[in-house]
Amino acid sequence: MRLAEHVRRMSWLYEVTISAAAVVLALVAGAVLIIVSNPAVVATWGYFFDYPPDALAASWTVVSDAYAALFLGAFGGLRALSNTLIHATPLICAGLGVSLAFRAGLFNIGAQGQLIVGAMAAGWVGFTVQLPPVLHLVVAVVAGLLGGAVWGGVVGLLKARTGAHEVILTIMLNYVALYLLQWSLTTEAFQRPGRDDPISPEVHPSAQFPHLFDTRLHMGFLVALAAAVAVWWLLARSTAGFELRTVGANPHAARTAGMNVGRVYTFVMLLAGALAGLAGTQQVLGTTYPLTDGIAGTIGFDAITVALLGRGSPLGTVAAGLVFGALTAGGLQMQITTQTPLTLTTVLQATIVLFIAAPALVRAVFRIRARRATGPVQALGWNA
Amino acid sequence: MRLELEGLTKRFGSLVACDHIDLTVEPGEIRCLLGENGAGKTTLMNMLYGLLRPDEGRILLDGTPQTCTTPRDAIEAGIGMVHQHFMLVPVFTVAENIMLGRESTRRLGVLDQRAAEQQVRELSERYGLEVDPTARVEDISVGVQQRVEILKALANDAKILILDEPTAVLTPREIDDLIEVMRTLKANGTSIIFITHKLKEVKAIADRITVIRRGKVVDTVGPDASEASLAELMVGRPVQLTVSRRAAADADGEPASGATAEPSEEQAAESADDTSDTRPVQLRVERLRVVDPAGRAVVDDVSFDIAGGEILGIAGVQGNGQTELVEALMGLTDIAGGVIELAGQPITHLEPRARLDAGIGYIPEDRSHDGLVPTFSVAENLVLDLFRRKPFGSRGRLSLSAIRTNAEKRIAEFDVRTSSMHAPAGTLSGGNQQKVVLARELSRPLKVLLAAHPTRGLDVGSIEFVHRRIVAERDRGTAVLIVSTELEEIVALADRIAVMYRGRIVGIVDADTPWDELGLMMAGVPPEAAARQAEEHPTVLGALEDAS
Repeated sequence: MRLAEHVRRMSWLYEVTISAAAVVLALVAGAVLIIVSNPAVVATWGYFFDYPPDALAASWTVVSDAYAALFLGAFGGLRALSNTLIHATPLICAGLGVSLAFRAGLFNIGAQGQLIVGAMAAGWVGFTVQLPPVLHLVVAVVAGLLGGAVWGGVVGLLKARTGAHEVILTIMLNYVALYLLQWSLTTEAFQRPGRDDPISPEVHPSAQFPHLFDTRLHMGFLVALAAAVAVWWLLARSTAGFELRTVGANPHAARTAGMNVGRVYTFVMLLAGALAGLAGTQQVLGTTYPLTDGIAGTIGFDAITVALLGRGSPLGTVAAGLVFGALTAGGLQMQITTQTPLTLTTVLQATIVLFIAAPALVRAVFRIRARRATGPVQALGWNA
Repeated sequence: MRLELEGLTKRFGSLVACDHIDLTVEPGEIRCLLGENGAGKTTLMNMLYGLLRPDEGRILLDGTPQTCTTPRDAIEAGIGMVHQHFMLVPVFTVAENIMLGRESTRRLGVLDQRAAEQQVRELSERYGLEVDPTARVEDISVGVQQRVEILKALANDAKILILDEPTAVLTPREIDDLIEVMRTLKANGTSIIFITHKLKEVKAIADRITVIRRGKVVDTVGPDASEASLAELMVGRPVQLTVSRRAAADADGEPASGATAEPSEEQAAESADDTSDTRPVQLRVERLRVVDPAGRAVVDDVSFDIAGGEILGIAGVQGNGQTELVEALMGLTDIAGGVIELAGQPITHLEPRARLDAGIGYIPEDRSHDGLVPTFSVAENLVLDLFRRKPFGSRGRLSLSAIRTNAEKRIAEFDVRTSSMHAPAGTLSGGNQQKVVLARELSRPLKVLLAAHPTRGLDVGSIEFVHRRIVAERDRGTAVLIVSTELEEIVALADRIAVMYRGRIVGIVDADTPWDELGLMMAGVPPEAAARQAEEHPTVLGALEDAS
C-alpha cells in the first residue's frame, strides 16, 4: 500500500514540477526580453568582452527592478493582494470550465463566448429586474450560469448529435456571442438611456457581490473557490465524474462499458459553459457593474492557458488562476514603476503555454525523469 | 546463402530483448523461430532486416560480416522479409506492386506495363507461385496477397526469406499452399526463416526449430520433437496445451500437467446430456444483418442460438464479419435487420448499458482500445461498467472504499500481477490486462458471455488461465459465444462451431468435425461439400491436428 501511495504522490509531484518549471522558464525568457528591449542595457552588451561587469550589472538591475515591481504589485500589501485575487477570480471559474471539458477529452475554446453570454444574462437581471438584496444577487447569478450553460450545452449537443468538432463550434460561437453583445448594447433593453456608446446601466446594488475586507475584492472569489471544490468532488467522488473521466481517457472503452458518450459530452459542455458563465457573472456583478462590449477582455482565452497550466485538475486550476491573476496585477504595477510594457506579461503567459505544451522540452532543460504512464488527457482534445 | 548470427544483442532501456543470440541457417534450410509473444523473435528479425541496429554481435552472410543499417541494405544483401501486415498498394495490380520501386520505363519515363507483367510471369513460373499479374491486389484473396509479397522479395533476388507469423491470416487450405510454396523455394536453394508461436505448424514445416525465450536461444531441435516438449521449452515450465471443454470441472482442481487427460466416456456422455436440450436458450439471434457505410452486408442473415451451459465457437478468417457480429450483439453498431433475444426477451434495440445490465458480459477483441482505460488504475478498470451499481455507486456518489475492497478481492482471485491496485492498467502485461477485463466481466451473474479473441497476443500461461475461466463460466450455466481466428482454440473449447465467411454463417457443425472440413468451410465451402473435399484432399496440418 505504501508503495502505491508513493507512486501516486510521484505523479502528482510530476505535474506540479512541470507547471512550476514552465513558469520559471517563462520568467527567464521574459528576463531576456526585458534586457534586449532596453537600449541602454543593450549598449553595455556592445563592449561586453572589454568590460563584462557593466553589462551584467545593468542587466541585473533592469531585470530585478522589473520583477520586483511585478512581485510588489501582486503581493505587496492588502491592495496588491486583493488586485491579484480580483483578476484571478474569473480566470479560475472560466479555467475550471476549460479544465472540466479537458477531462472529458473536449477542447473548449469557447469559454470567451460562454462568459459573454453569462455576463449578458446576469447583467440584464442585475439592472432590469427589481428584487430584494440577497434574492436579487442569487437570481442574477443563476441567470448567468444558465446563459453560459446554454452557450456551452449547444456545443455538446451538436457534437453528440452530428459529430461536429467542438473546437470549430466553440470558436464560431465566440464570434456570435461577441457580436450579440455588441448588437444588444445598441438595443433599448441593454443600452443605458441617454448614451450613444455601447454601455448598459449599472447593475443595482442589490445584485452586486458584496465586498470583502474593505477592498475591491468581492464575494465572487469565494464562489470561485466553492466552484473549484464542487468540480473536484464531481471528478473524484461522483459516478458522473467517473463516467466523464472515462470518456475523456478512452471514449471507446467508455462506450463498450455501456456509457453514452454523446450524453456525457452534452452534460460536460453544459457544466463547462455554466462555469464560464459564472466568470462573466463575477465580472459584471463584482467588478465592472455596467455591461460593455469589452467586459470579457481576454479572460475566456487566458482561461485555456490557466487550465493547461493547472494540468486539468481543479486545485491546479485555482493555483494557475492565482499565478495569472498575480501576473496581471503585478504587470500593471511593473508598467507604472519601471515602464516595462504590460505586454511583457502577455509574453510571459504565452511562453508558459509554450513550455506547458512541450513538456519534453521542460524535462530536457531540468532533466526531470519522464513518468512511465501516459500523461493527462490534454492532448486528446484535438482528435477525440 | 549461409546466414550466421553471432552474439546478437539488443537492449531497450533495462530490457534485454535479444541476449547474445547465435544462430546459423544453412542454404536451403527452413528454420522455424518459435517463441511466445515478446520473446524477442521479431526484434531479432528486425535487426537482420536493418530496421534495428544491434547493440552487440555480428551478422554474417556466407562468412562476410554485414552492416545493414536500412532495409534497402538488407535487400541488396539478399535478405527478403514478408511482414505480418502486408505492405501492398491495394489499388495497384500484382505486377505493379511487385515492381514497385524498380519500375522499368520506356522513353520519356513511360511505365512499361508489359515488361513488368512479363517479368512477374517468369518469376512466378520459376518458383511455381501462381499469380495473375494483371489482377488488382484489392480483388485477390489474402493468401494470394501473401504470395505477391513473397514474389516481391524474390524479385529482389532474396536468398534468405523471413516470414513473420505468415499463417495468422490464412485458412488451413491456404496454409497448406504456403507450405508447398516454401518447399519449392527450399528446392531452389532459398533459406527460409519462419517465425511463429504455433506448435503444430512448426512440426509440419521446419527442418530445424530454434526456440527463443526471454531473448535467449533455449534450444534448437528437429521437427520430431513432441509438442509438449516444444511448449515446455517455449514457456519454461510444463504446460497444459489445451483446456478440454469436457474436463473443465476436473482440470480446475488439478495443477497444470503435461498432457490433457482424456475424459472418460461417462463424463463425456454426462456433460453432453447437460448441454443438449435440457437447458433453455439464453441467446437467440435471427436473421441478423449489419451493413457497412458503403451499403455492403458485413453480417448477412446470421441466425443461431446458444443454450445456457454451452459454448458456441465462431470460426473464420479475420475480417469475415465476426467483429461486426459481436458489436451488433452488444449494441455497439447499428443493425440493418434481424432480432436478438436474451433469455426470451428481445434486446434488439437496447443500448449497450441496458444489455450489460440484462446480463451480458463482454470481452472485447481489442482490450487496450475497448476493454480498458490504460491511464486509469487497475481498481478503476475493475469497475468500469459496474460503477453505478451498489456498492460502488449510490445516489451519484462513488464509494472509493468499495472499489478498493473489490479490487483487492478480484486481483487475488484472478491472480492479476500488478505492483498495486493503483498502478495504471496500461503498465500491465497483455495477459494481466486481459485478466482485469475477465475479472470485471465475470464478477457479476451472467446469462451470456461474449468473448472476442479472448487470448489474442497472450502467453501460453495466460491462455490456459483464460480458457479455464471461460469453461468454468460455461459450467455455471452461462451461454458463451467465443470468436477466434485460431481454429485450435475454437476446437478445444466449443461445444458447437459456426463458421463465418463473408458475413454469412457457412454452417454450424459439431466440435468433432475434422480439421480439414472446418478449414474448407472457412474458405466458404458448404459443410457437405467440405466433408467430401476434405476426404479427397487431406492437408498436412489437418492430419496432425486431428491426430492430437
